[in-house]
Amino acid sequence: MKNRRLRSNRLMETLAAWVLVGPAVALLVVLFFVPVGAVFLIALTDWQFGARTLNFIGLANFREVFSDPGFRASLANTVIYVLIVVPGTVLAGLLVALLIESGKSLRTFYRAIHFVPFMATLTAMAIAWEALLHPTIGLVNQTLGALGLPTANWLRDEATVLPVLAAIGIWQNLGFSMVLFLAGLKSIPRDLYDAADIDGADSWLDRLRTVTLPMLGPVTMFVVIVVALRAFEAFDTVKVLTQGGPGHASEVLLFTLYRESFEYLRTGYGAAVAVVFLVIVMVLTLSQARVMDNRVHYQ
Amino acid sequence: MATVSIDTISKRYGETVVLRDVSLSIGDGEFLTLLGPSGCGKSTLLRIIAGLEVHDGGSVSIGERVVDHLRPKLRDVAMVFQSYALYPHMTVAGNMALPLRMRRLRAWQRLPLVGRMLPGTRKADAEIETEVSRTAKALGIGHLLGRKPGQLSGGQRQRVAVGRAMVRRPAIFLMDEPLSNLDAKLRVQMRAEIKELHQRLGITFIYVTHDQAEAMTLSDRVAVMLDGELLQVAPPQEIYADPDDRRIAEFIGSPKINMLDAIAREHGLVDVAGTTLAIEADALPGTPLALGIRPEAFQLTEYGGTGALTGAVRLVEHMGSDLFVHLDLPGADHPLIARLLAERAPTITPGQTLHLGVRPDRVLLFAPDGRRLRPRRDAVAPVTSLREYGR
Repeated sequence: MKNRRLRSNRLMETLAAWVLVGPAVALLVVLFFVPVGAVFLIALTDWQFGARTLNFIGLANFREVFSDPGFRASLANTVIYVLIVVPGTVLAGLLVALLIESGKSLRTFYRAIHFVPFMATLTAMAIAWEALLHPTIGLVNQTLGALGLPTANWLRDEATVLPVLAAIGIWQNLGFSMVLFLAGLKSIPRDLYDAADIDGADSWLDRLRTVTLPMLGPVTMFVVIVVALRAFEAFDTVKVLTQGGPGHASEVLLFTLYRESFEYLRTGYGAAVAVVFLVIVMVLTLSQARVMDNRVHYQ
Repeated sequence: MATVSIDTISKRYGETVVLRDVSLSIGDGEFLTLLGPSGCGKSTLLRIIAGLEVHDGGSVSIGERVVDHLRPKLRDVAMVFQSYALYPHMTVAGNMALPLRMRRLRAWQRLPLVGRMLPGTRKADAEIETEVSRTAKALGIGHLLGRKPGQLSGGQRQRVAVGRAMVRRPAIFLMDEPLSNLDAKLRVQMRAEIKELHQRLGITFIYVTHDQAEAMTLSDRVAVMLDGELLQVAPPQEIYADPDDRRIAEFIGSPKINMLDAIAREHGLVDVAGTTLAIEADALPGTPLALGIRPEAFQLTEYGGTGALTGAVRLVEHMGSDLFVHLDLPGADHPLIARLLAERAPTITPGQTLHLGVRPDRVLLFAPDGRRLRPRRDAVAPVTSLREYGR
């Protein structure tokens, strides 16, 4: 009797659990697992967007992706872009956060103006940057010229285009990392700074090394992961400003994906690029979390 | 050597006055406790001594040296914080070594990797390591040196914090409520260990607490603070038995001292709660007074009348060896609490009328402004009219 009631209770609980997670599971499946599965399947075909027929061609798309110099250049560009944007954003965000936190006046104002680029539509901002970077009438070259410094055709020169795009990337993400670092700085217990003062770590560098930086570890991990992901997704500025040029000098993964899939309509090939992109991003996220977790959460 | 003298220190935050002309001198090797309720300014005073807070007026000297403009690290003080303030990313050994590394190694010697290769670093590091492990052993945390604070229990963290303060042998040891994050049992144990530590080190301790039990058990002298003022500095026994101020009498002691409204009369008598006590009050007849009686200062008597308080029992609390009897007195708004020895008190039941004798020398009188009125020495009259058979 008692046993039966216990069993029916457990049944009810299981049922309730499924009802509660049901909507979330359904959404996950429809919006995430099914599309990802579809992309994997399409990557194994020669389907062209709009075509009525398709053939399974196995891993041919992947073989083509990895032997394509255009794709390799795109991958290399993406990696370089990420390697500039991530450290740049983290360091600049930390610096700005420390400066704002150490000052007393106008904190809200500084916080707001640094956060605006993150909130703004990047496509619109890219057009503004295009004007600034215009080789003859742009403010950047005008200023450099007036100061007697060498000017450049920033977006049309293979040597400068990627660093310039990365600089815009840093400019855009700076506000995001700054806000997170500000929150992190606020949560550091005052006692630790007092202890550091008494222990003799009272110069700004020693305080930074003994207390501030180690205590910002968890925030830094989060910022690095999120900014790295955002940098891998770079697309807007490339599409608006350079179309991947000159040559392939500023072609990045998402732009290649877009061009193959929606301009050349080679959907199967585009899907293979998407799979590669997905794998890179997943591996990166997991390994970053694993590596940094051990060094950052002090348990 | 390491005396501390505090001369008319004042401190305010905006409009709020936190410390009002506090002066205090602390002897070499003394254990002094700053005791007071939260918000009384005791922690601020400690932080001013440490140099973590800047005072608005007055001066602090450690030894013979005025330290007002010295940074904390130059004052030769160590501090144990309420939160312990251990660096969570460093091991116990790293935490304890930090004060030594900061003092003995130069900035470039402390650099990661490179520092180790510089001349002298290895030798200094080895010495530091030896001292850290010696201190850790003395505190019974030698086996924890490789762990991080997050892996330690509250008591262990507390010991690490003490170890970090102790390892560089400061002239003054400052402790800011070091036991308040521990559970009751551990607190009693650590209290004894702190006492022992003080005896072993023989240096000056300044200890901040709001817990009167800690203050009473640990201190050579207790400095009672209230609302930014230092009210009395005296040995624990004296603070308890002979307070200077009504607020001290009310703050110290558990259960709280009984305060009764009284009126001074002629010829060494005081009217209180419907009876008259033979107490010489240094006040004009007719002055309203506050009369304080500690719960344990009562004795059960058979008869009421002069020299005894009479009331109805409201509540009896059995505490094992003691009884706390709550008594309603006529004309008093709070019940009176008397602490009686359980074995000598016959069964007392609520509703019963009880007569409690009061020994005049155990009564504390306070003026309307809270100032203590001490009996004139020549006028303490022995009271013989009480027939007592227990307290």
